Amino acid sequence: MATVEENPLTEGLERLPVHPTTLVIFGATGDLAKRKLLPALYNLAHEGSLPERFNLIGVSRSGKSDEVFRSEMRDAIEQFSRTPPNAEVLDALLENVRYCAGSFDDPQVYGAVTDCIDAFDEGAGMVFNRVFYLSTAPEFFPVIVEALGEAKLNRHKDAEVRVVIEKPFGYDLDSARKLNRRVLRVFRERQVYRIDHYLGKETVQNMLAFRFANSMFEPVWNRNYIDNVQITAAEDLGIGTRAGYYDHAGALRDLVQNHMLQLLALLCMEPPTAFNADQVRNEKVKVMQAVRPPTPEEVAQIAVRAQYEPGAVAGEPVKGYLEEDGVPPDSFTETYAALRLTVNNWRWAGVPIYLRTGKRLPRKLTEIAVTLKPVPHLAFREGGSLGVQPNELILTVQPDEGVSLTLGAKIPGARMRIRPVNMEFRYGTAFLSQSPEADERLILDAMRGEALLFTRDDEVDALWSIIDPILAAWKAAGGPIPQYAAGSQGPQEAEALLEPGHHWRTL
Amino acid sequence: VSEEVWSARDCSPDTIEAALRRLLHMRYEQHEGYVPARVLNMVAIVDREWKGEIQNRLEGVGRYHASRTILVAVEPRRTTLDAWASLHSDVDLLEPGQLALTHEDIEVDVGPTHVPNLATIVDPLLVRDLITIVWSPHGHPEAVDAVLGLTDVVLVDSVEDLDVAGALGRVAELAATAYVVDLAWLRSTPWRERIAATFDPPDLRPALGQLSSVTVRHRSDSTAAALMLVGWLASRLNWKPHALTRRNGTREGKLRARRGEVDVRLEADDDLSVPGLVGVTIETAHGYEISLDRGPGGLTAHRRTRDGSEQHWTVLGASRGERGILGEGVRQALLRDPTYRPALEAAREMLS
Repeated sequence: MATVEENPLTEGLERLPVHPTTLVIFGATGDLAKRKLLPALYNLAHEGSLPERFNLIGVSRSGKSDEVFRSEMRDAIEQFSRTPPNAEVLDALLENVRYCAGSFDDPQVYGAVTDCIDAFDEGAGMVFNRVFYLSTAPEFFPVIVEALGEAKLNRHKDAEVRVVIEKPFGYDLDSARKLNRRVLRVFRERQVYRIDHYLGKETVQNMLAFRFANSMFEPVWNRNYIDNVQITAAEDLGIGTRAGYYDHAGALRDLVQNHMLQLLALLCMEPPTAFNADQVRNEKVKVMQAVRPPTPEEVAQIAVRAQYEPGAVAGEPVKGYLEEDGVPPDSFTETYAALRLTVNNWRWAGVPIYLRTGKRLPRKLTEIAVTLKPVPHLAFREGGSLGVQPNELILTVQPDEGVSLTLGAKIPGARMRIRPVNMEFRYGTAFLSQSPEADERLILDAMRGEALLFTRDDEVDALWSIIDPILAAWKAAGGPIPQYAAGSQGPQEAEALLEPGHHWRTL
Repeated sequence: VSEEVWSARDCSPDTIEAALRRLLHMRYEQHEGYVPARVLNMVAIVDREWKGEIQNRLEGVGRYHASRTILVAVEPRRTTLDAWASLHSDVDLLEPGQLALTHEDIEVDVGPTHVPNLATIVDPLLVRDLITIVWSPHGHPEAVDAVLGLTDVVLVDSVEDLDVAGALGRVAELAATAYVVDLAWLRSTPWRERIAATFDPPDLRPALGQLSSVTVRHRSDSTAAALMLVGWLASRLNWKPHALTRRNGTREGKLRARRGEVDVRLEADDDLSVPGLVGVTIETAHGYEISLDRGPGGLTAHRRTRDGSEQHWTVLGASRGERGILGEGVRQALLRDPTYRPALEAAREMLS
């Protein structure tokens, strides 16, 4: 087979070429599209990062003309773009935008999409790559995928065809497997890009750089030196207007099954042999497969759930979960989940990895805290030395991305008194560039065919395999479930997960 | 904006450095969330008379502002050092837990007698272990040479010198000692990206071996930028560069490629209000032609294929403007582009 020659002109360029593409967004009038996807496309256009030739087709149920859709798109971009729009760039972007209306299970819609795509190809005298972005309610994912297959839009002999699927990918292990089967009957795995927006964040990607570009961490990155790991994704907000989704999902599905387990995998994975999608994802999958799913009897020992009750946040009284609009008064959906997991391999055996997430906690914070074991012998055992603490390495994902390390230091004075001090690194202080929005990075990667930041089918399976027994046990147990006051540190019951000498970091 | 300011007449570098430390300490005492930016030092060497203009340009770079900027203003007949320092953040911190980046600006007025030993004035003012970039928009080559030993990166704009050969020669000299970021090169980035993208689809890559002509249209003061664009193509595609001949505002000649010769033509076009390139046309031996020209909303592309069919479209992208180019120059100090020096060398050969 003939190999394609390298393009010598790409050497040294920051923005690598993206081949001419027609992007089809299903759910193009939805909230995600308006707030995130369409502004992300504009920002890519503004920076000159979109493909040299780019077309957009919006698909949604509501009937409207191309003109009306363009006008709505302009409004969304003007409202939500991180870069103030340049009128000329925006006009030029909108020129190649079309709209197809109809129900996602209606074959006529796919006929209209095919006509639009073909018209773009014919107009340009070339075949554009196709990317189908499914930004719809999850029940439409298999419907759209199968309809794309029936309309023969899943393959093209002269173009790359890809499908991007928003989260959530499945509701539990069984539904995720069924969805995977239905998707993979139509598309090959290499065509499928399952989105986890967390993976598009710079600081999450930087975990790979932090771990594998700094030799100082590798010698201590194992069970001999690490005492425990704590991964926190806390929010001070309640569920807002998302009761319909959230009460169905709960904290475990909403954040732990995807984002938090991805953080765990990046933290614990072995160095990949190459920095490419398959090698990195192979290593992540190995970590997830090393987390033994709990038996039904073990769930109560390793997992805690709770619901917020009325309390106060930022000095203001706030409602409890059951009083939120749209929440059934007898709901047992958890707004807080905490787990104690272990990764059963040579590097991590015996190191407890604590995960917690919750709504209406005291602050918005996502961090990973790695606590090292204490020094084996302390020479300073005199009064006033009680401040000696094990070193802690904190990787903050949001809101202030950075890394901090606590070290023991001598308090100035005549006596040898030690207390922890912080050595802090904030990304904002060390780089001049603004991080792109996660959506911009992920859309561009999907158009380029770069799958590293997307979730593979076996990864999805491994993630759900860890969570599924917990979901099943909680479902079987029903309620009532523990409560915690809004604005508090979470439920008392979470303390029971901790091994002796461990404590939850104060939020 | 929150700001701390200090100034002194007839002072020494030690005094300035001590004052900076005091300012940083005071600022931290005010609020521990004032975090000093620690990305890079910038040394800007300017004519005292035009200091304000350069300050305005530096303010315009926004988030690409260096962590510590040392503006050295050279004033004829001055014999003493006067200095001014300021620490500033975009926001006032009032609440605990907030964070604000603090940037440090220092201005030092120096005289001609200080220039040969400028390093001894600048060195104590640099934040150690950060990349240091020097920019001298008003010339002062002797001052640049004096601080070159402290410098990792030199920021130049090779279109600012009307003597193109002299400008590129000086850049090559600097590049032997430090990494050079050339604003003229950065102005060509969108063009290079688009040319690379044009020939990236696998069916078009073989055409890179069959290019027969390159025409670059540029503002008349931006010959260096045009030469470097062709130099880039020559160095990436292994063309042997030759001297171009100059006639009526154009430069033209033939470069030797593996499968034949490539006609090169640089045409001056003064319709453009800012320095840089106006357009580029590339043709292959088999009748494929692509042109890119500045247009509304990006670059206007025009393609003609072998069968004579034509296509027009817009390659989307907003112009960064001259402020954006300077900011990009500062940002590039943290990166390394391995293609610049080979392009520069090829460009120089086309002038020889």
